[in-house]
Amino acid sequence: MKKSRVIQLLGLILVGVGISFGYTNRAHTDAGESITAVGSTALQPLVEAAGEQYSSEHTGVFINVQGGGSGTGLSQIQSGAVAIGNSDIFAEEQAGINAKQLQDHQVAVVGIAPIINKQTGIRNLTKQQLIQVFTGQVKNWRELGGKNLPIVLINRAQGSGTRKTFESYALGGRKSADSQEQDSSGLARSIVASTPGAVSYVAFSYLDHSVTTLKVDRVAPTEANVRTNRWKIWSYEHLYTQKQPDQLTKKFITYILSSAVQKKLVKQLGYISVHDMQVQRRATGKITTMK
Amino acid sequence: MDKIRASLLKKSIATKIERRGKILSLSCLALIILVVFLIFYFVASRGLATFFQNHINLWHFLSGIQWNPGTIGTNGQPAVGALPMIVGSFLITIFSAIVATPFAIGTAVFMTEISPRRGAQILRPVTELLVGIPSVVYGFIGLQVVVPFVRNTFGGSGYGILSGTFVLFVMILPTVTSMSADALNAVPRYYREASLALGATRWQTIYKVVLRAAIPGMLTAIVFGMARAFGEALAVQMVIGNATLLPHNLVSPASTLTSILTMGIGNTVMGSLQNNALWSLAMILLLMSLLFNLIIRYIGRKGKLNHER
Repeated sequence: MKKSRVIQLLGLILVGVGISFGYTNRAHTDAGESITAVGSTALQPLVEAAGEQYSSEHTGVFINVQGGGSGTGLSQIQSGAVAIGNSDIFAEEQAGINAKQLQDHQVAVVGIAPIINKQTGIRNLTKQQLIQVFTGQVKNWRELGGKNLPIVLINRAQGSGTRKTFESYALGGRKSADSQEQDSSGLARSIVASTPGAVSYVAFSYLDHSVTTLKVDRVAPTEANVRTNRWKIWSYEHLYTQKQPDQLTKKFITYILSSAVQKKLVKQLGYISVHDMQVQRRATGKITTMK
Repeated sequence: MDKIRASLLKKSIATKIERRGKILSLSCLALIILVVFLIFYFVASRGLATFFQNHINLWHFLSGIQWNPGTIGTNGQPAVGALPMIVGSFLITIFSAIVATPFAIGTAVFMTEISPRRGAQILRPVTELLVGIPSVVYGFIGLQVVVPFVRNTFGGSGYGILSGTFVLFVMILPTVTSMSADALNAVPRYYREASLALGATRWQTIYKVVLRAAIPGMLTAIVFGMARAFGEALAVQMVIGNATLLPHNLVSPASTLTSILTMGIGNTVMGSLQNNALWSLAMILLLMSLLFNLIIRYIGRKGKLNHER
């Protein structure tokens, strides 16, 4: 009996020491030495990679990056729960977000291209035809000069940043017809690759040879065309912060915007650098040429 | 003398340990009950906000067929018609239960009545293995095998209720099978002996006596399977197509409550109508699983009465 008492006491002391040790350590690392970024899964790889590089250059600094979607990123930054909210869309475009409270940092550009199953035999559509396809006015590829295959629309989930961008800039603000929806770009691509007559849209980094990439009005979806806005379906990747971010957040965003990251990491991961853009787009969709 | 008296009146160590154990297990129970209540409270408070804060008509929510929260539908109200998802969820649940039941009962009969030894040695481990396969694996197989098969055999794009039914059929089969087998095992041995003594063949005994006596237990098994099918998200989401349209046939893309929920939740902002509408879907799911539970309890109680009679 005595022995068990002693063991109990020892255990209690150990737990107590452990907790207090952990607590003091936590207080130590939390003193402005770690920030959390949450949101868009499309932007996640870039912030993660940049965060890793940043912490390897600055010892004791940690950048935690989590997914969850653009909506989650914006709502978390609005409520002040995180330091950075990642988003594919302007805060102004998201319902329930007061964009005036937030500071926008555009760190990269992503081009989006329509993709189509290889069997349809179509390589180019006019913008008008693309709208007809996605709003359901045309039901068969034959009507557009392709094979006799019914059109199968694959949309991204409602509220997805890619879908919002596609509807705004490819469909001229029209809503896509109700159709199949998938919640990831990879799945959308593999479904388009395996389903005859399927059509969808993915970010440039997801393009590969399993699907046909469509030209729109004979403009090819290339980085060069995005830079000059000849290819109109693209969006900024945003890091949203509070109006007065803390020091580490500020430094980290400056780091992502530095040419070291923009020239190497951004390109490696399939994004387009904001430094290369020859045009600027506002939240209202207005385009201005940069000098 | 006093020593003995004191030791008799004092609580023994065993009593103390027992009391400690009682408190420990009671607090575990209390914690779980608390968590359940909090979940109910949270889902209900969010889900009901759609109706009380955003003033959506409950009837419009349940019967509307346009789902695009955040935009205005043709009736001038926000498009939050959940009927396509509700119909999709129910159809897929009922169909998969209909397909799975005969297979499950057949397997269970073989396992318990026809060849109990082989059943225990081979079939039970195999069905238990099926339970352990993660649902994403089922979904992936569904996407790569079932969808092309349905497309080539029945037409359409392959995504829809039918593919979902096939995938769910395999997923709920082990649950229904092992629970049916338990129900058959629970039928008293003397039922069988009496039947055989009356000159009934083995088939007659199984069909007229054992299966009849096990009906309540097998119904419980089927409802359990349906509850699982109703709540399954990932595998169904991968093969059903996720179109918020009323399905006009079994191979047209459809959606379920769970698939729309998992796809939408990351893209909405807490407190907005889009988010609240999704919580309302979650509330329907929760109420349905509650209903399934009540049905199971009701059947169980009735079954007990039958056996006692």
